[in-house]
Amino acid sequence: MEFLVASAIGVMTAAGIYMVLRARTFPVVIGLSLLTYATNLFLFATGRLAIGQPPVISAAATGYIDPLPQALVLTAIVISFGMTAVVVVMSLRAYLETGNDHVDLPGDASPEAAEDDWKLRARKPAPAAARGGRGERA
Amino acid sequence: MNALVVAPLLIPLATLVATLFARPWPRAVAALSLAGALALTGAGLALVALAAQGGILASQAGGWAAPYGITLVIDRLSAAMVAITGIVGSATIVFALARDEDPARGRDFHALVHGLLVGVCGAFITGDVFNLYVWFEVLLVGSFALLVLGGGRRRLAGTVVYVVLNLVATMMFLLAAGLLYGASGSLNMALLAQAFAAGEVPVTAHAAVVLMLTAFSIKAALFPVFGWLPASYHVAWTPVSALFAGLLTKVGVYALIRLVTLFWPEAGIAHEVLLWVACATMLIGVLGAAAQVEVRRILSFHIVSQVGYMILGLALATPLALAGAVFYLIHHIVVKANLFFIGGIAARLTGSERLAAMGGLYAHAPWLAVLFAIPALSLAGIPPLSGFWAKFVLVEASLDARAWVAAGVALVTGLFTLLSMSKIWNEAFLKPHPAGEGSGSAGSGSGGDGSGGGLRSADGLRPALWAVGALAAMTVAIGLAAGPVMDYAVAAAQQLAAPAAYIDAVVRAGGN
Repeated sequence: MEFLVASAIGVMTAAGIYMVLRARTFPVVIGLSLLTYATNLFLFATGRLAIGQPPVISAAATGYIDPLPQALVLTAIVISFGMTAVVVVMSLRAYLETGNDHVDLPGDASPEAAEDDWKLRARKPAPAAARGGRGERA
Repeated sequence: MNALVVAPLLIPLATLVATLFARPWPRAVAALSLAGALALTGAGLALVALAAQGGILASQAGGWAAPYGITLVIDRLSAAMVAITGIVGSATIVFALARDEDPARGRDFHALVHGLLVGVCGAFITGDVFNLYVWFEVLLVGSFALLVLGGGRRRLAGTVVYVVLNLVATMMFLLAAGLLYGASGSLNMALLAQAFAAGEVPVTAHAAVVLMLTAFSIKAALFPVFGWLPASYHVAWTPVSALFAGLLTKVGVYALIRLVTLFWPEAGIAHEVLLWVACATMLIGVLGAAAQVEVRRILSFHIVSQVGYMILGLALATPLALAGAVFYLIHHIVVKANLFFIGGIAARLTGSERLAAMGGLYAHAPWLAVLFAIPALSLAGIPPLSGFWAKFVLVEASLDARAWVAAGVALVTGLFTLLSMSKIWNEAFLKPHPAGEGSGSAGSGSGGDGSGGGLRSADGLRPALWAVGALAAMTVAIGLAAGPVMDYAVAAAQQLAAPAAYIDAVVRAGGN
């Protein structure tokens, strides 16, 4: 069982790292999720692998399983769930706004994007309307 | 006493909830938010006063004794960090009161800032490794939303980089926390430190600490892993980027200082590695800044470079060096947040953040020039200001420790910082504004009316100026009253260098 769990963690980590290193947001989100799963499974395994043992004190127990990693892993799962949701929203928004799902969005280098939006609005009225419209659509 | 220990968590949390309820009334939101931040500052200062008496305050959440309850610890360092967090948070909120073209983002801004402050304060006062992870996540969620506040392509591009890198780092930290628990059977920092000191931990625990330090190095933007910071900080709304610049990397630095001093109090191979990392961080950061042409990008690279100084203090591990690192932390948070504020105001007045498109500010807004000069010179380490004392102590400590290279790098980096600051000064302040030759002087004649040229008037920026002025005054005050501050830093360093008292306080705190 140790081998199975260990290799599952290893394979998921490897796949997660591979996916995170892809330059597009969707694989990166998947990669982050895989990394999270691997981490959670690892956390779970830090309490040692044992089956059928009680986690709290009982008179009939022959041994115990550590309950703390299970509590930790629950916390970690909840947090990572929320984080994944945030990342998905952020990537979707970036994709909709730029029409591009590269993690290294090219927007930074273009001269138009080098000006912050409110500054553009203040200086030139014409592109301000276009920018505002884009904001509303998204 | 226990109530005061949890105050840094409860105050921002209560303010967060209150601002959410007050959401339909923007004025009430702003007032509540400011009151909350000031209360946090007050609590921080009260904690500093308590911690200055020499004791370490520890509190066990829920009244469970050390291995079971979650420990909150206030020593001199964490008290100072909480106080400075409150100060920078208040300044940020005051700055954000300045009239902006887009009032919609102001409303969510306040709730998010307090969400961020909860996480930051939690990270500063927790005494439990897993709890530290939770606080990191809390501050990350707040920072994601703050970074993207206002929208726009550029911001989203920067935020995606920031989010992915930070999540990977947090995952590494969680992995390390699990490994540490598996190897030692505890997550309480004090109990772990006890086990480390007694040599009762297997080598896996040391490996876990190395992994943890790597994760915090990403958060603190140390040399090989700083790329995310200059790619993301400059895109945020000015008050947000100032808050990030002041606080977020410093949470990573704080965590590094806390863990290294607790787990490896004796200088060893890790300190040797950290020393070289610190030198590389200082140098690469400042050289990176030299290549940049936008104000906040230059300043972002300087954050990297300055973090190197703090890590230098940690790596040398002598009490004097640690005191230098603590002093540097306090000084740097104030100065760097202020520079980002001023960069934002300058960009707003000139209409651009690119140095080539800026200019004429010295004639247009001489007060801003003075306010820029104070933190800029302090950052470079010019004598009467706070940065000088911070650098002086660190260089002296490296000379004491015979770390000649580190001392040299620290001095050279200071010189490059000055060059970099004078670049901003020349381009943004002295040079005439490219949009119109005469506009700068005309603007100064009528006291800031920039309607004729490329320069815009400073109307509606008054709260922003208060914030900047207050932080600049603090920089000067730290510089002039360096004695008491340095005494405090030295005492904090003594606590860090002798973790026995910390361990003792936590173990003694028990379940009362």
